[in-house]
Parts: sequence; structure tokens; C-alpha cells
Amino acid sequence: MKIQEADAKSLLAAAGLPVPPWSVARAPAEARAAAERFLGDGAGRVVIKAQVLVGGRGKAGGVKLAGSPREAEEVAGRILGMDIKGITVRKVLVGPAAVIVKEFYLGAILDRASRRIVLMASAEGGVEIEEVAKATPEAIHRVEAHPLLGLLDYQARELAFAIGLGGPHLRDFVRIARGLVATMKANDADLVEVNPLAIIRESGPEGHVERLACLDAKVTLDDSALPRHPDLEKLRDLDEEDPADAEARHYDISFIHLDGSIGCMVNGAGLAMTTMDLVKRAGGEPANFLDIGGGAKADRVAAAMRLILADPKVRAILVNIFGGITRGDEVARGLIEARSRQEREVPMVVRIVGTNAEEAGRLLEEASFETAATLDEAATKAVAAARAAGGAA
Amino acid sequence: MSILIGRDTRLVVHGMTGREGEFHSRQMLDFGTRIVAGMTPGKGGLYALDNRVPVFDTIAEAARETGANTSCIFVPAAGAPDSILEAVGAGIPTIFCITEGIPALDMLPVVEVVRAAGARLIGPNCPGATSPGRAKVGIIPGSIHREGSVGVVSRSGTLTYEAVQAMTDAGIGQSTCVGIGGDPIIGTTFLDVLRLFAADPETEAIVLIGEIGGSAEEEAAAWAAEHLRGVPMAAFIAGRTAPEGKRMGHAGAIISGGRGTAAEKVAALEAAGIRVASSPTEIPALLRAAGYRG
Repeated sequence: MKIQEADAKSLLAAAGLPVPPWSVARAPAEARAAAERFLGDGAGRVVIKAQVLVGGRGKAGGVKLAGSPREAEEVAGRILGMDIKGITVRKVLVGPAAVIVKEFYLGAILDRASRRIVLMASAEGGVEIEEVAKATPEAIHRVEAHPLLGLLDYQARELAFAIGLGGPHLRDFVRIARGLVATMKANDADLVEVNPLAIIRESGPEGHVERLACLDAKVTLDDSALPRHPDLEKLRDLDEEDPADAEARHYDISFIHLDGSIGCMVNGAGLAMTTMDLVKRAGGEPANFLDIGGGAKADRVAAAMRLILADPKVRAILVNIFGGITRGDEVARGLIEARSRQEREVPMVVRIVGTNAEEAGRLLEEASFETAATLDEAATKAVAAARAAGGAA
Repeated sequence: MSILIGRDTRLVVHGMTGREGEFHSRQMLDFGTRIVAGMTPGKGGLYALDNRVPVFDTIAEAARETGANTSCIFVPAAGAPDSILEAVGAGIPTIFCITEGIPALDMLPVVEVVRAAGARLIGPNCPGATSPGRAKVGIIPGSIHREGSVGVVSRSGTLTYEAVQAMTDAGIGQSTCVGIGGDPIIGTTFLDVLRLFAADPETEAIVLIGEIGGSAEEEAAAWAAEHLRGVPMAAFIAGRTAPEGKRMGHAGAIISGGRGTAAEKVAALEAAGIRVASSPTEIPALLRAAGYRG
């Protein structure tokens, strides 16, 4: 699960990391009030950042500076409601604009290949790390945290020296590096990224001071661990969520909405992806990824059907079940039940093999469903049905 | 011969008295697997599966009393890491974890302890393994198989069944079929299984079924190019139409930062001389085209 920058910053701050103050505004007037406060506290300017769960918001015009409360209000007014990669901006983060001396990248990831938490750092901060990885992979330095002991101080120091932070900021860097790994563990995150981690200049009573600060934060949480973090579940941004996602979660269905016209209902994630791929190969476009999971009964099948039909672009439905734990006859009963309640007439092609497939076939034939013996055949039939129903399959 | 499981498998099932555990234990027995023990804390002394199998309170006791050498875990996600470690502690060398939904960070120290003990963990979130005519451990339906000499390794469940069924329908049997699991952190990788198949005299050809996310297919392809020249191979990769940044059901099936796409995996496999089917039904034909005569 992705969470917003402001929430990610809260998690870092809770781990004791240096995060400059911020405020979240849902209306221009709130942005103005926040700006007034930060400017009153001595900030030269404030930064206003769109809170959306997609990358590239800076390029899209979702990050701007303002020098006065009035300007902050005006800028927030322009960013709020803006469309960034299909997502409407509903809130902005307002904070003091830092005077940046130098930017770095620091990120903790769950690395599959090494089966370790890997901490990555680069002196090329403030740009997408994927870009750096492509252009100058040697600019990214990495250490693997010990699987039983965690990140050790000397490992963090090695990273600091590698990116040129061996001087006065060494101790703070080590603390931040360890804090990232601690944040990851405390929240079951699979990514904790600070980009940029920056040396910022602040003016105090004794003149200028330079220190390290986490100017941005990105955290993604392991969905499998959310049941033991009810506090983190509350950070799910329902504004950015398809309402269908909440229903899917309720029924324990994996559902991802896509752009095509052929709805897919499948048991098993790998087979569900394969079904989408074969729809595409047959000349169609899948409308969704949907895995009804193992052992699905009639009620889950009915819920899956509602999710698929809620998409007005769906012109045909392909049901593909390879029974193992899932019983084919249970699915067939669910389909018959769901179709009897369906408000919209959409052609359906059903292919059920494996456990209790014979009984399923008999039930489907009695109810005059269109069936298919193989997955390839089912995909071809579904694409043809969508075309006949007027969908640009 | 077969890999991971076989006629000498002596299985202990963790959570045998639960609903899933009992159902699949019966299926395994029907397939001919020798289940020597069940384990449910507090139910030691009972007999399960129509009084055929003794139940123990601990794995250590089950191993001592029955000579169990393989374990299969059906317990819920919260207790599964503990079950794996209990099996390691009891000296069980081969451990299958079927459980889905274990938080990934919980698995990091577990795989390290398994590795240090010299044990082998398959999974978690995997369907197990089947060796037709010998044994099955896990939840793969027995009916789809046929005895033969093709090794199958996959990250998936039902997709594997689809591919195996296509092979069986085409008259191509399997030596061992292994589901390694769909999670990001797993005990046994494609590469590990390829090494085992390479050393198995009865496995004459190999089918690899991957999906988007991570780079395990690429690593396997690179190894195969060097060490499996002359072994007929075919592959399938699910998720050619998967969008970036979305977790496609399996915790590990996600394209992130432009990496882990199906296109990259297909390219790596083809560069290694392994043809990739565009549908599971094409796998038998690709195996034959690669020179498989079984």
C-alpha cells in the first residue's frame, strides 16, 4: 500500500529523524494560514506540494514555491483540483522552503535477490533513482543489512564515506540510515525512501548552520502485514482509491481496474495474468485483473461479478477457473445466481476445468451459458462476443 | 529419481487437524505420499485421517518417533514462521510452506536460519511439489499429472496446473513439478530448482513458468545458458499486459521502477536459447521443438 508524503514524513518523524515541519491543506485558505505560520517563524518562502500517490508531480506542475501567504493561497488554488496522471489533487503539503546546499538519495528496500534489507545511497539526490540506476549505476552505493542484527553502524559509515558525507554530517547520516531501517521494520514497509536527503542551511542567532534533513519521504507498506498495523490501515488514501477496490478487499478478491472491454474472473494470480495476456493475444483488451482466490464460494463469485459489471466499458466477461481447492460446481452456481440478478445484459464465456468440472458443465449447459474447453478458445470467444456487443475490443 | 520429494519422503503435516490441512492430507495420502505424522500443539496422542496417522504436540517428537524427513505447513500466516523454525530446529531437511500472506520482513531472518542450518525451504505461498507415481506434498491436484521426465518449476499455482494439464494432454509426463511460491522472499528460487533438475538423471527436459516482478527468471536464464546447454527447455511468463506499480495478486508480482516486466524476462530467456510460449497450451510443442523426445 502506498501512503502520502505527509504520512510517510510522520513515520520518519516518529522514528526521530530530522524532518522539517509541514502542514496539510485541503483548501487554499488552509494553505494561506499554514504559510503565514511558517513565514512568521522565519522561513523565506514556503513550498506547496501536491499530495498524490504517483511519481512525477514536480514535472506536472504539482510542486511550487510561494513568498507570501496570499501567493501561497493562489498557488494552492491552482494545484488543488489539478489532474496529475489521472488523479485529482485533493490536498497539498505546505512547509518552509529549505535552503539546499547539497542533495543526496537514501533509500531502504526489501531486496528479493539477496533476501536482505538493502540500503542504497547516492550523491545524485533529488532525481529519480531509477534514472540514476540506468544512466550511472556506479553512482549508487549499497549495503545489505544483516538479516539477524540489522544495519550496523560501520555499514552506514561506509555508505556515508562513499557518497562524500564523511565530514561533519557523518554521525547524523548514520543515525538517519539506521532510522530508515528502523522505520521499515516498525511499519512492515517494503520501501522507505528519502529523496532528497539534503544538507540545508538555516540561519540562527549564531549565524548560519548546516544540517541534514529529510525533505521528501516515500513509504510503501507490505499489504500482508497490514492486519497487524490497524493504525497504518487508516493511512489508506480513500480519495485516490477506486470504490471497487474497497469492495474487492471486503470479499478478499484481488482486483485491479484496467482500460479494456473484457472483464476477467479467474482463480489464481498467475492464471489471472495469463488470462489477460491471452485476451490481448486474441485481439482484445482486458478490463481488469481479478483473482477470486482459492476455495471461492457462490457469494464471492457474485461479488466478483458485481465488480466487473460496475465498469460501464465492459462488453463481455471471460470466466476461467482451474479447480483445485476451488470447486467448479460452486463457481457455476455463483455465476447462475449472479446472472439472474444482473441489471445489464453482458455476454459471458465460461471455462471451468479441474475439481467438479463435470457438474459445473452440466449446470452451465442447463442455464445455457456459453462455454469453452480451453483457455485459448475462451479468449477468442470472449473477444468475438465483445466485438459483437459493440465494444472496441 | 525425482527432486525434493520421492518414495523415501516421510511427511509430517503441521496443522493436519485444521480444515485445509486435513483435506489436503487426504489428497496426499490418496496420491501415495507416505504421511507419517501430524502436528498440532495440544492434540498429541490423537490419531487423524481415520486413525491412520499419529498426531504429535511438537515436530521434534514427530521426527524422533516416526523418522519424518519432510514437513508441510498449513498453519495461518501469523504462526507459519514459527512452524518453519520449529521444523528446522527438529532437523527436518526439507520444509514446504503452503501458507499465504506472511509479512515479507518476517521471512528475512527465517530464510537466514534455514540457510545456516543447511535445510531447504520451499515457499511460502506455494502449492508444493508433485512427483507422479511417487509422492505429492502440498495442494497441486494429483489428477493433472502423468509420469514422465520433464521437470516443471513455477512461481504460480493454478497457472502451473494449466501448463501441466496441457503437457499431460499432449502425452508429456513430469518427473517433478515444483511451485516455488509467489512471495517476494522465498526459500528456494528458480535457480535452486534448476540446479536440482540438472543433477537429476530422470529429468530430461525442463519447463519454467515465471511471472512479472523481481529478476529470478533472468538469473535462472543466465545460469541455464551456461549449464543446461543440450537440455530441452521451454518457458512461459505471465503478465505481459500487467500495468506498472500494481501488485497483481501475488505479493511478488509487481513491476516497479520499470523493472521486472514480462518483456525483460522473455528477452533474457530467449537470449539463453529458451523459447517462451505465448499460451500455456504451446508448451508441449515448444518442448518437442527444443528436441524433447520423451
